[in-house]
Amino acid sequence: MGKTAQMRLQRFVTYTLLLGGVLIVALPFWYMIITSLKPQSLIFEMPPRLFPAKVTLKNYTEALGKDLFGLYFLNSLFVSTVSTGLTVIVSSMLAFAFARLEFPGKEIIFRVFLVGMMIPPVMLIIPQFIVAKWLGLYDSLFSLIFVYVTMNLSMQTYLLRGVFEGIPRDLEEAALIDGASHWTVLWKVILPLSRAGLAVVTIFTFLYSWSEFPWAHVAIKETARRTLPIAIALFQGQHLTEWGQVFAASIVALIPIVIVFVAFQRNFIQGIASTGMKG
Amino acid sequence: MNVSRRRALRNLPTALFFLLPGLLLFSAFVIGPMLYSLRISFFDWKILNPDRSVWIGLGNYSRALGDPIFRRAVLNTLAYSAVTVPAQIIIGVVIAILLNQKIRGKAFFRVMYYLPVITAWVIVSLLFEYMFSGQAGLINYLLRDVLGVIDKNILWLADPILAFVPIHLLEIWKGIGWVAVIALAGLQVIPVHLYEAAEIDGAGSWQRFRFIALPLLTPTLAFLFVVRTIGTLNGYISNLLITNGGDPLDKTHFVLTLMYEATFTRLDFGYGSAISYLLTIFIFVISVFQIRLLRRDVEF
Repeated sequence: MGKTAQMRLQRFVTYTLLLGGVLIVALPFWYMIITSLKPQSLIFEMPPRLFPAKVTLKNYTEALGKDLFGLYFLNSLFVSTVSTGLTVIVSSMLAFAFARLEFPGKEIIFRVFLVGMMIPPVMLIIPQFIVAKWLGLYDSLFSLIFVYVTMNLSMQTYLLRGVFEGIPRDLEEAALIDGASHWTVLWKVILPLSRAGLAVVTIFTFLYSWSEFPWAHVAIKETARRTLPIAIALFQGQHLTEWGQVFAASIVALIPIVIVFVAFQRNFIQGIASTGMKG
Repeated sequence: MNVSRRRALRNLPTALFFLLPGLLLFSAFVIGPMLYSLRISFFDWKILNPDRSVWIGLGNYSRALGDPIFRRAVLNTLAYSAVTVPAQIIIGVVIAILLNQKIRGKAFFRVMYYLPVITAWVIVSLLFEYMFSGQAGLINYLLRDVLGVIDKNILWLADPILAFVPIHLLEIWKGIGWVAVIALAGLQVIPVHLYEAAEIDGAGSWQRFRFIALPLLTPTLAFLFVVRTIGTLNGYISNLLITNGGDPLDKTHFVLTLMYEATFTRLDFGYGSAISYLLTIFIFVISVFQIRLLRRDVEF
């Protein structure tokens, strides 16, 4: 076989495999979308159609008009944005201390933080609930924010430590000699050079906070303070067969996350390469 | 006292300033709760009247280890990890290798493969439950009418073994994109000149993968392996939503669905805490073991 023929074959195999994979990955999403566009009478039609005969937006108007969907959406947006912002700040500070400062017990404290990556978060829910109540955060969105920030600290501090250690020290040493504080160095020198790594932290934390289910399920009692995953799960529990509406709500909940990901994805791979994650 | 130690102490106030917010949060919401749940795992804990709780030592632990439902849950959890982690990693790495060539539409593929990763567990679990429903489910239709491999509908969720088909497939489907992205990042830092040198020496693409990419990718694979093992052992939301945690007949539990049921349905906090501690200890041991084992093979 000639060289070009071989390359052409390789190309053909590559695209076939990649597109085949995309089809498999996309099928459930496609099915979710068309189910959300079907009238209720066709939800259990036989055979289930992959291309709907009749399209309606009724599920969307019903699901979004129901309960307090708009409010749940805003709750999720508020909790996710604030949690992400705080996580970036707090884990940058931690990572800076671990990457750049010498202090007694450094590696031990770092290892304690790593344990946070191994424990099942669900085992902490009851005591976290007690702590939140004790702090006067019972049934408040801030109980979600504090826990989300904390549950992300281990992973994000680990990642950012890797990123910061990859930055040459020359620049900040010049700044320190000029009398800049460590705080200024972190904000003015290190963080601007860590954009890709911060994109990774932002994506991971936002995704987590937007989708988290068990803690929000336990921590929030008041209907008006629910977040989207709770609202969707409870909705499905109450309207067992109204899959069209369940998926209409799900798709609306999915849109912001897709926007965040598409916006940050260019930096994503590069960012992951700059963290310690590659091993 | 030597110089570096003295400098370390002088730095302490600065270090504390940077550590404080994180340490406070971590102590209040992770360390404190861990110790608290360790404590209640030794009690027959009365949620409504904690003062009347009875110390039973390791009673909750021995109760779990002797309980056939718990043992079944352990096996189910191990099977879940053993099946999904290798599948996820192999498929994900293949996709990463394909994406690491000069091809069109890279961003499109990246977004598509990552879509399941960014979708909430609640949403995809409900979606798979619907697709695998026994009566008019899409999967039964595809298997029966399109592919013709089955004669009549399979009641996936009514069978204690078959119920794991959607749960395992969901995990694999949802995790591939994450593995692919991390592996791709690992592949991209491999210097191009290594491939070029090998090509000049006449190495084919398989050889270039086998002798250049694979050895240099080993740390990444080790990382993926450890993190996905922890992740799958800690997984339970799909199971909770798809089987209602244990249906049918408590045979489909994972360790954590059992813990969830003990804690939130039966309010048996002591037992729930003991179960989660058993899992945590197991995860800790297996992670340390995996890291040791993988370190030995890899020159870091």
